[in-house]
Amino acid sequence: MAEKGSIYEALKRKGVSRREFLQFCSLMAATLALPAGFGPKIAEALEKAQRPSLVWLEFQDCCGNTESFLRADRPTVVDIVLDLLSVDYHETIMAPAGKQAEKSLDDVVKNQKGKYLCVVEGAIPLKDDGVYCCVGGKSARDIAKEVCGNALATIAVGACAWDGGIPGANPNPTGAVGVKDAVKGITLINLPGCPMNVVNLTGTVVHYLTFGSLPLTDSMGRPLFAYRDRIHDFCERRAHYDAGRYVREWGDEGHQKGWCLYHMGCKGPETYKNCPAQRWNDRTSWPVRAGHNCIGCAAPRFWDTMTPFYRTLEAVPGFGVETTADKIGAGVLIATGAGIAIHSVARAGVKKYRKEHHIPEIETKEKEE
Amino acid sequence: MRAVENALGITIPDNARLVRNLISGIQYVQDHTIHFYHLHGLDWVDITGALKADPAKTSQLAQSISDWHNSSTVYFKGVQDKLKSFVQSGQLGLFANGYWGHPAYKLPPEADLMAVAHYLEALDWQREVIRIHAILGSKNPHAQTYLVGGMALAINPNEESTFNVDGLASLIKYADIAKEFVEKVYVPDLLAIASFYKEWTELGAGVGNYLSYGEFPNDSVSNTENLFLPRGIIFNKDLTKVYPVDPSKITEYVTHSWYEYKEGNNAAKHPWEGITNYKYTGPKPPYQFLDTNQKYSWVKSPRYEDRVMEVGPLARMLVAYAKGHPQVKAAVDGALKKLGVGPEALFSTLGRTAARGIEALVVVQMLPVWIGQLAANIKKGDYRVFDGAKWDPSSWPKEAKGFGLFEAPRGALGHWVRIKGGAIENYQCVVPSTWNASPRDAKGQRGPYEQALLGTPVAEPDKPLEILRTVHSFDPCLACAVHVTDLTTNKSIKVKAV
Repeated sequence: MAEKGSIYEALKRKGVSRREFLQFCSLMAATLALPAGFGPKIAEALEKAQRPSLVWLEFQDCCGNTESFLRADRPTVVDIVLDLLSVDYHETIMAPAGKQAEKSLDDVVKNQKGKYLCVVEGAIPLKDDGVYCCVGGKSARDIAKEVCGNALATIAVGACAWDGGIPGANPNPTGAVGVKDAVKGITLINLPGCPMNVVNLTGTVVHYLTFGSLPLTDSMGRPLFAYRDRIHDFCERRAHYDAGRYVREWGDEGHQKGWCLYHMGCKGPETYKNCPAQRWNDRTSWPVRAGHNCIGCAAPRFWDTMTPFYRTLEAVPGFGVETTADKIGAGVLIATGAGIAIHSVARAGVKKYRKEHHIPEIETKEKEE
Repeated sequence: MRAVENALGITIPDNARLVRNLISGIQYVQDHTIHFYHLHGLDWVDITGALKADPAKTSQLAQSISDWHNSSTVYFKGVQDKLKSFVQSGQLGLFANGYWGHPAYKLPPEADLMAVAHYLEALDWQREVIRIHAILGSKNPHAQTYLVGGMALAINPNEESTFNVDGLASLIKYADIAKEFVEKVYVPDLLAIASFYKEWTELGAGVGNYLSYGEFPNDSVSNTENLFLPRGIIFNKDLTKVYPVDPSKITEYVTHSWYEYKEGNNAAKHPWEGITNYKYTGPKPPYQFLDTNQKYSWVKSPRYEDRVMEVGPLARMLVAYAKGHPQVKAAVDGALKKLGVGPEALFSTLGRTAARGIEALVVVQMLPVWIGQLAANIKKGDYRVFDGAKWDPSSWPKEAKGFGLFEAPRGALGHWVRIKGGAIENYQCVVPSTWNASPRDAKGQRGPYEQALLGTPVAEPDKPLEILRTVHSFDPCLACAVHVTDLTTNKSIKVKAV
């Protein structure tokens, strides 16, 4: 039975029927790649859970992840998502401004210490005492330290909050980094992408509410349910790749027949994300479906490692397309001399990183490859 | 795209023009609607007022202004009950610490309830109609099918995996959904709410110079005389004359911005020669105030012929109105007549907000036209959507320069590019909020936000709702707060954006 003040109670008040609620739980189970039958368990947990507070911080960002958040498509209406989470601070969509807005944030940090969720959108510039991004006279770094530091968990949404994204791209004039490098010692989940797909944010939150833990993550703090699989392996055009049917020029016969975009520079073979399965905008489409190559926006430091977007991966010396993403990532870095050995650093520092970030140790397939 | 295509002399195929018009068009409609309900609406609508409303009277009000289907007493009672339970839960989320009960709120409770209901409906609606971006642009946000030379969208009615008849049918469906909501909900709500705030037709005008690059090419993008929304300039609120736009007259100052020019602090540079060398000279965080006599903004100060210009939907609608654009003229005159005010009312905070709704109406009615043209091209067997003559950089000249002018939903957007040896040598963007949020220039001229705020009456200095109304009416692209820093005499207020 639903407990008073629970999420299910809240959804009922919003006019959601029991049937719609259970349907939502089943969809969530599917998004999270849970076995059939987990829907009822999610439903049971949500009937008991209180709506947790969520604060949303924006730093060096374009608001793209906020826009993505507003497109949340299942549950079917955005206000369900707003009600599932009590969104107490979000500069773009909250009613108050100025001092009153700051009060909303202070109230959560002080009164709900260790109990609220924090979402971070945008990069955090560390250079020159953080002067390159200030909100209300405070630096992004100081705000993040305080707000993420007192949160139950932080979810970094989008490429910028993960590893600096475009503000952090070479030559990185403001010293922009992601949350993982700006605030140490916090519980952190990363949802990279440009922007993140909101399905993966709602999935992460429901996982937490349902199981009382964060979803299992890979060596870079990304949930396995969304980032385990390689785009190339689940691509709807994979059969064309295997058969050697390629687009060679935009608008050619292959393009007009929906063939493989590998030679147009597709980064699907290097990128791990659930785009082919979840697509975008209520499963309407995704770049490859629409005829454009994947640009690897969920890959580490993609502005430096995945550009030029239209260069065929073959140009990477020494590695075939079936080489693992970790190795190719290293290859790109060697080839371009871009500077930072992302994968190897991540790999070597996995244990330390997990310990520092309280991320539970888990086994993954690709870790052992 | 337009800047590089201009530099390389590329003309995109007609289908690419139509696909881009459709992507931009639905972006206008969706952005404007979200702005009205979710980013600006609560400056005018008191949510707590909705709790006191009579649902039967709300139903009468709704049915008197529109035949939108969600208008029964039962419907509004349901919305009110949900709102009551939400408030009783004690978790007010986004609505906590709002300026509820502020004396500047003037709507009757029934109008508040109607607006709250549509706030919620619009949240669902916007997610639905933006699927046009997914169909044509692969995803939203951040569409990913734009190419220099056209679009990566493959058109072929005889394949499953390309843009085919199912794609066309989907476009028609979502364009219809978009059109119905704008016609039956957004515009009627806008006019109903505006009728209670007519004093805001006399506040917040500001600079009175308006710049529009024009948008939605009817044929080639280079034919700047044949844009659906025309290009032009209005000076000093004079609607009797529209001046042509000469892009060579655009310059940017950094006098009060945290950048430096080697020519000095009072120099102005054209974007082709523009540089963005940052040099922060403000206080170290944390700080309370910025010294506005020094540099105080990350925004440069773009000027046209050294004049301050406002950009955005109001600028576009004024230029079109002054040029006698039939659809815009009909929509503007209709709105003015309903409110019982003259064209001078447009130069105001409310005028800015109304222009956005009028533009959404005019543009949403063009979506079926562009879809029809696309279908007609496909019927003729024309599937071309990309011109690859200049795709390979080896086909480029050693040096090239170009510019692209575009009207984003928020206003005039210009990109200037210089290409050398197959790579970008310099790239400068002058974006809408740079025009509107610009700090003072070398002559001490204030930017549009600053001018619009001068003389704004503020009933409760601790709760500057009136300031928000005017700043939000520009639809700022800065997620940052605007801080009230100084109260001077006669209730005039100095603000600065940080």
